[in-house]
Amino acid sequence: MKKMKLVMVGNGMAGVRTLEELLKIAPELYDVTVFGAEPHPNYNRILLSPVLAGEQTIDEIILNPLSWYAEHGIRLHLGKKVVDVDRRRRVVKAADGSEEEYDRLLLATGSNPFILPVPGKDLAGVIAYRDIADTNTMIEAAAKYRHAVVIGGGLLGLEAANGLMLRGMQVTVVHIMPWLMERQLDDTAGRLLQKSLEDRGLKFLIGAQTQELLGCDDGRVRAVRFKDGTEIPADLVVMAAGIRPNTELAEKIGLHVNRGIVVSDTMQTVTDPRIYSVGECAAHRGIAYGLVAPLFEQGKVCATHLAEFGIGRYTGSQTSTKLKVTGIDLFSAGNFTGGDDCEEIVMSDPFGGVYKKLVIKDDKLVGACLYGDTVDGSWYFKLLREGRKIADIRDKLMFGESNIGDTGHEGNTRAAAMADSDEVCGCNGVNKGTICKAIKDKGLFTLDEVRKHTKASASCGSCTGLVEQLLMFTAGGDYSKAPTKKAMCGCTDASHQEAREAIKADHLLTIDSLYKRLGWRTPNGCASCRPAINYYLISSWPKEAKDDPQSRYINERSHANIQKDGTYSVIPRMWGGETTADELRRIADAVDKYKIPTVKVTGGQRIDLLGVKKEDLVGVWQDIGMPSGHAYAKALRTVKTCVGSEWCRFGTQDSTQMGKDLERALWRMYAPHKVKLAVSGCPRNCAEAGIKDVGVIGVDSGWEIYVAGNGGIKTEVAQFLVKLKTAAEVLEYSGAFLQLYREEGWYLERTCHWVGRVGLDYVKKKILDDHALRKSLWERLQFSLDGEPDPWFEFDKASVDTRQFTPVGAL
Amino acid sequence: MSQWKVICRVDEIPVLGARRVARANGAEVAVFRNAENKVFALLDRCPHKGGPLSQGIVFGESVACPLHNWTIGLADGCARAPDVGCTTRFSVQVESGVVSLDVDELNSLALYPGNAVA
Repeated sequence: MKKMKLVMVGNGMAGVRTLEELLKIAPELYDVTVFGAEPHPNYNRILLSPVLAGEQTIDEIILNPLSWYAEHGIRLHLGKKVVDVDRRRRVVKAADGSEEEYDRLLLATGSNPFILPVPGKDLAGVIAYRDIADTNTMIEAAAKYRHAVVIGGGLLGLEAANGLMLRGMQVTVVHIMPWLMERQLDDTAGRLLQKSLEDRGLKFLIGAQTQELLGCDDGRVRAVRFKDGTEIPADLVVMAAGIRPNTELAEKIGLHVNRGIVVSDTMQTVTDPRIYSVGECAAHRGIAYGLVAPLFEQGKVCATHLAEFGIGRYTGSQTSTKLKVTGIDLFSAGNFTGGDDCEEIVMSDPFGGVYKKLVIKDDKLVGACLYGDTVDGSWYFKLLREGRKIADIRDKLMFGESNIGDTGHEGNTRAAAMADSDEVCGCNGVNKGTICKAIKDKGLFTLDEVRKHTKASASCGSCTGLVEQLLMFTAGGDYSKAPTKKAMCGCTDASHQEAREAIKADHLLTIDSLYKRLGWRTPNGCASCRPAINYYLISSWPKEAKDDPQSRYINERSHANIQKDGTYSVIPRMWGGETTADELRRIADAVDKYKIPTVKVTGGQRIDLLGVKKEDLVGVWQDIGMPSGHAYAKALRTVKTCVGSEWCRFGTQDSTQMGKDLERALWRMYAPHKVKLAVSGCPRNCAEAGIKDVGVIGVDSGWEIYVAGNGGIKTEVAQFLVKLKTAAEVLEYSGAFLQLYREEGWYLERTCHWVGRVGLDYVKKKILDDHALRKSLWERLQFSLDGEPDPWFEFDKASVDTRQFTPVGAL
Repeated sequence: MSQWKVICRVDEIPVLGARRVARANGAEVAVFRNAENKVFALLDRCPHKGGPLSQGIVFGESVACPLHNWTIGLADGCARAPDVGCTTRFSVQVESGVVSLDVDELNSLALYPGNAVA
């Protein structure tokens, strides 16, 4: 079959990313030709500032070397400007007369710097700041001349000024607006920034209006004159007063242009369906984006349509900003200026150089402006995108996510201050240097990419904030993809929520039917989505949907916990943490008989037998004769108890009995993730109920219920839900809470994350205010659990494939 | 001419699952069956940290290692990028629903040190 021809005009980051995405999914569909006006292959334009500052070299910021184009058979025309397109004949024409035919045309022409229309703008030494040539001009000028003036105190202008200063020039920044970076910062943060840059040696003329650039006889600029008649010397003038979408070609060939080349949600131009446009030149729903993350998103969508998959829509992005001046931490997102109908939470420590402002509207975070301490930028950005109600975390909001507690990176919260050898990811032993090197060498832009390549933040995730910071100052610009919904995995665009809803709405009972219904891209999913879907099916349609053991993680297939050497651990259930001499004797005998190497008391008041061979599992279960502890499953694990009023001189309630009753009522309960309970008999709380999914604390007058605690990666203190009088109520409320979690939580979301997502108020409304709903939730849970088998003994009923315990065809 | 040893019937391997084949002188071999009833055989050791691949979740023509979730191709035994590494492959013969492995390979590939059979 003859390949179709794809021609791309523009050789920048958004366009080439689109090609990369296209080559990933349809490598053979097109003959690809690329025209680039610059003489360089695709490079990371965001990192021009570090190059100017002398922190990186041009070679280091090349993203796709010439060999990349060759490897993929891409015909590359460098240094050729496309001047016309004959849309009828479908031919692209370059300035040098070369022509290329196309079946599909991709316009990725980027943007042009805005040049102030003042006299003298064409003098030598007056440049914009946009590409490698500009950067080189500045580097050369810095070696020869003394005075630089940067017009524009925005992101680009300040980065240029900082770079020129580091190269030894005296730099004055001229800014017409009342404070720096007025589109990204409020006045307070803008002034803090100015102060800190002044301390480094930059000069500022705020509010000054440039009238004219004055030249010498040799045609080079010598001074800048302002409206008020004052003049300052200038051997180099950098215009950094903004950018405009480069739509010259598009307008010439008759495409609809309005603040950019107007495209639909499929990134197709509205004028000509054969022509697509991505990047800074494209106007999507009236917005031309200038940051890399939204542009990469556009590229991904565009690629799926070029590949003729016909899926995916780009629906716009929210963006955030970060200044790349080493040593200055600054972050802003959303509406950070506020307004009459907004509330603000402000923390200001001008002496310490820290300023944070959060803008809240209708009980939601709508904007954030951080200066000096930006570690929580990504968390705020997430809250902002999700539009989650923040009433329940409002008092903690200002102190950030890390205030709740992190483990695994020595309490470090500022990535910039860390040494290269400092550990960032405590799970996988990845240090800062390794991550930064991978980001640079492999050209990584997103958290997911860093996770894949370095494993940092890929296990427990507690260092995610740090890794995001490293991405920010290593890869530059805005890294986050800013999706409003997150796809479950690479097999689909559907989110967990959409999968849950489809299963519910269409009464789906099998994994296959869900895959068909939502158009999965893979025949039988992957190790990430299939267990999730299996759980959603059996939790949505108990007694109807059939559990599929091959879609469960090994632990839930073998009903034991796999260890690093391939052996298993066995933890029998001990109701409420109580055991008997008889049980202990049977355990001891099994340990001897099967030569089990390690016996350990767990934190959940049970006994763990470690190092059991798979072949011995059935024998061990039978010999011990105790129920499965489900210590291997996303299910109810343990109910930890203290001795309570039965023995303890302080005990006010019989916590052990309450714990046993809860455990007997809830065991065999599968859930989105593991579930741990605890019951204490008095507020001394010896059972540590404050960090459990459901914690019950006995007081003289009844029981207090706390929910959504967690003792893991982030220690989360459980939140007070309700106080109850009777044991029967404790069962009903705890059960209803857990059933709501079972029905609405996303797979692998602990109760703390789920409540974090939906808000405690939502949970209270359902469990406390709606009595009928609470009762029906509790009934649904009992219906689900009624007759559930113990997988250690009822193999058929629990779909345990016993063939797994014996090898085949042994030699 | 290869000599084949009968291991089991195809239907004795769960769909999207695996069985283990014990060997006297070497680590176990995992035989996999995917949704299209294709059968594959790999050394039951992940190239990463030796995890038993037979215990992983099978999808498409891949298996996810149960220890650290590396994805290993069933056909080539190699880790999917960006992870790097391959485990030993074994030839498989399926005839009228019966799975066999190559005797020479079973006796020579990836044996325990010092146990090589002449």
